[in-house]
Amino acid sequence: MKAGIVVFPGSNCDRDCFHVLRDVVKIDVAYIWHKSTSVGEIDLVVLPGGFSYGDYLRCGAIARFSPVMEAVERHARLGRPVLGICNGFQILLEVGLLPGAMLRNKSLRFVCKHVHLKTENARSMFTTRLEPGEILKIPIAHGEGGYFCDERTLEELEANNQIAFRYVSETGELGDEFNPNGSLRHIAGVLNKEGNVLGMMPHPERSSEQILGCEDGRKIWDSILEAYR
Amino acid sequence: METVATQEPKVTQALANTHGLTDDEFDRIRTILGRDPNYTELGIFSVMWSEHCSYKNSKPVLALLPRDGKQLLVKAGEENAGVVDIGSGLAVVFKIESHNHPSAVEPFQGAATGVGGIIRDIFTMGARPVLLTNSLRFGSLDRERNQNFLRGVVGGIAHYGNCVGIPTVGGEIYFDDFYEGNPLVNALCLGIMKKEDLVRGSASGVGNPVYYVGATTGRDGLGGASFASRELTEDSGRDRPAVQVGDPFMEKLLLEACLELVHSRAIVGMQDMGAAGLTCSTSETASRAGSGIEIDLSKVPRREAAMTPYEIMLSESQERMLVIVERGKEKRVEEIFEKWDLAAVKLGEVKDGKTMRVVDNGRVVANIPPKALTDEAPVYKREAKEPAYLSTTRRFDPGRIEEPKDLNRVLLMLLDAPTIASKQWIYEQYDHMVRTDTVFLPGHDAAVVRIKGMRKGLAISTDGNGLYCYLDPYEGGKIAVAEAARNVVSTGAKPIAITNCLNFGNPMKPDVFWQFRRVVEGIAEACRVLNTPVTGGNVSFYNENPKGAVYPTPTIGMVGLIDDVDERIPSFFTNVGDSVYILGDTFEELGGSQYLLVYHGVRAGRPPQLDLEKERSLHQLILDCAKLRMINSCHDLSEGGLAVGLAESLLGTLNKPLGAQVNLQFGTDVRRDVLLFGESQSRVLVTVDSAKELELESRAKASGVPCFRIGKVTRSGLRVNAWIHLDSEEIERTYRTAIPRRME
Repeated sequence: MKAGIVVFPGSNCDRDCFHVLRDVVKIDVAYIWHKSTSVGEIDLVVLPGGFSYGDYLRCGAIARFSPVMEAVERHARLGRPVLGICNGFQILLEVGLLPGAMLRNKSLRFVCKHVHLKTENARSMFTTRLEPGEILKIPIAHGEGGYFCDERTLEELEANNQIAFRYVSETGELGDEFNPNGSLRHIAGVLNKEGNVLGMMPHPERSSEQILGCEDGRKIWDSILEAYR
Repeated sequence: METVATQEPKVTQALANTHGLTDDEFDRIRTILGRDPNYTELGIFSVMWSEHCSYKNSKPVLALLPRDGKQLLVKAGEENAGVVDIGSGLAVVFKIESHNHPSAVEPFQGAATGVGGIIRDIFTMGARPVLLTNSLRFGSLDRERNQNFLRGVVGGIAHYGNCVGIPTVGGEIYFDDFYEGNPLVNALCLGIMKKEDLVRGSASGVGNPVYYVGATTGRDGLGGASFASRELTEDSGRDRPAVQVGDPFMEKLLLEACLELVHSRAIVGMQDMGAAGLTCSTSETASRAGSGIEIDLSKVPRREAAMTPYEIMLSESQERMLVIVERGKEKRVEEIFEKWDLAAVKLGEVKDGKTMRVVDNGRVVANIPPKALTDEAPVYKREAKEPAYLSTTRRFDPGRIEEPKDLNRVLLMLLDAPTIASKQWIYEQYDHMVRTDTVFLPGHDAAVVRIKGMRKGLAISTDGNGLYCYLDPYEGGKIAVAEAARNVVSTGAKPIAITNCLNFGNPMKPDVFWQFRRVVEGIAEACRVLNTPVTGGNVSFYNENPKGAVYPTPTIGMVGLIDDVDERIPSFFTNVGDSVYILGDTFEELGGSQYLLVYHGVRAGRPPQLDLEKERSLHQLILDCAKLRMINSCHDLSEGGLAVGLAESLLGTLNKPLGAQVNLQFGTDVRRDVLLFGESQSRVLVTVDSAKELELESRAKASGVPCFRIGKVTRSGLRVNAWIHLDSEEIERTYRTAIPRRME
């Protein structure tokens, strides 16, 4: 299996994802420059976190016009996996590969901390190594992570099992006090209908090594790897 | 404004004075040039001879600081930042700088551009910036104005650092009325590089082209260096145009492009355009190389129309760099900048001879020897006189203070004091995890980052207790260094070098200058004994509000090296049942304590006295224990003393709070408040497995470090003799909500 990490001007978790995939998960990995018109011979495309184009206008709003995004869309339409983390999730919303939009955090402040997630869909190619309802500890770091969509979309998301993760307490309770950004229905990660595109605000690459205090993110990478075995 | 372009003011002595130049300095300029300077030249001299750029009032005192050590690859003052060898072919570059005045008039942009400037200082040397920290000082957080300062400054730091993708891994902050109206904002950046990637800020090689890269030039930040070199007044709001506006996205692109440039080996030198912009970068690079330089202003990319040569030379527009390219490799340089969609324009070239010639559309607008602006700038020995207030504060006898009955209440008050309380509200706004190297999250005594691909790790701490320095500048200077070192040592790292930012009032006032000299003498002494040379830093004078000077406030950024990052020691209790020890002696010292300030409202007495030899023995003991992985936690005792240290140790960053049962058996003649809240130096709290008690005690004895077993880690609740009895949850709630409840 080979992964490609898209580098936009302003991406800053590109190196972190590269490190985890190469040195921890130990798979082939390459960078994909935003000006390329092809993603190359790649199985998994990762849109990393950061501030693509300075987040000017709106997070992800400019990145969606990068030449590489057409290639990423083609990759997704072929049913191949695309993982958008943080800013990558915002770009997937802007380009329309996932439904919905992002609002500023309810606190109006950037927030970086560990949060707990509940696995809502353990059957997608990103979550097969997780148990239904499994609680993960993974950090977030964003200023605009309040997921929002209209009611019909929300019904569809629920009906199609497209909500991958929700913010919960350490023991799995839902509640506003455990929701770090005011996301609708505590949504932290969303899948497309086909299940091959995942957008999530939390950063699995920051919690894939014991030395960083938590390895729960590793299970997401391992799930993708397993889907390719 | 547009029409002024062709109408340059006539240069007179009076105009020189309004530029901050004295009559003598103006005469000296005329002697150097052999003629009257023109308007642009006057502007150039005024910024380069400002305190901010020339250090004219501080140089003789800074010479007292030890800058030698075999680990130093580049010494303080030689380049934009000092460089320290950490072995394995790697070096670290780090520096701390102030952005106090800009932050006082425009907190968000002032702080943001402070971060931007210090990041550029690091990557201009060829290093990749890997972490940021900061030292902040504000007036009381119970006042709305200071809440706004805090919100703006923290927001600005977060805005810039987060976007560039450099984690802000730690920092320190004090709130005190003495900083009312003149907050201090000091930002530190550290970078890592391969030794062979070191880039000098030098314009050498006659004929080598000089490039301007990065953002366009506008009128923002005009005269920023001069603005930073005067006192703030009620009217300082009018100087808001002297504050620059930052674009962290541009900085990120510039950072990546410049590092690619370094690896391309196509350049001979690089320098960022920080204070005094184009003026400073051209004259300093030429001066370092001992060469001449010529630039053409008509080539400078601009964002505003009709800018005069004066304005272009003095603009402090952000995110710009000057690059000296090796002749013949221009194309490679242009390709790299094109890849990153950045402007790269050839402005001129390195010349033979010893002048900096600035032309604009064929007209010479400045012709000055660069050394006259740098090495030969004026230097003054200022008068120093001990301040009168010291005779009063020294006479204060803490023994006359009545001991409080309810010590639980005192501890809760201290935990609720914003200076002591949890800084979570602040550091959660900073991305402190990006780069995935932060192995100790904020809240520890020092931040620890790993270096991927090797066992080594780095620890970093910033410290500086202004109140101690106010009450005894010499002891305060020593303590600032010792405490920063102790914090680093507490995580298991060996201190290797410091950077310092010296924040003081107006140096023309003899009592302020005396404070400055004594603090520097104290820092120098501590650095000598602890073998941590000074790699560089920054002096910020004129930190005064209409009521007077701020506390004399040095902030010390200490870097430590851990050979094996798995030997790091957390600052929090880890295991129920572990034995709790206090290492170091507790003396009858209350002067300058947060307890006196917060509970009794007293700013007086003598601060704790520091014995540097004892400090050094303590460090050696902890480092030896760290190598043997003997101790489970280590926490420096500082503001708030033992009681606050115990409370903090219960509150790990990722787990539920623990408890402790402590029994202090000191002589009955020592006061309870001294034992609990005194801030005697060279003390830490350590925990060991009960099976390791004897080993710790015998090692401590052999090292001559006083060692007392005072209790056990428990599941919950803090008990100290019959004096303190509090729920861990109440401790945690008080400690964690003190800042948010004031801010929301």
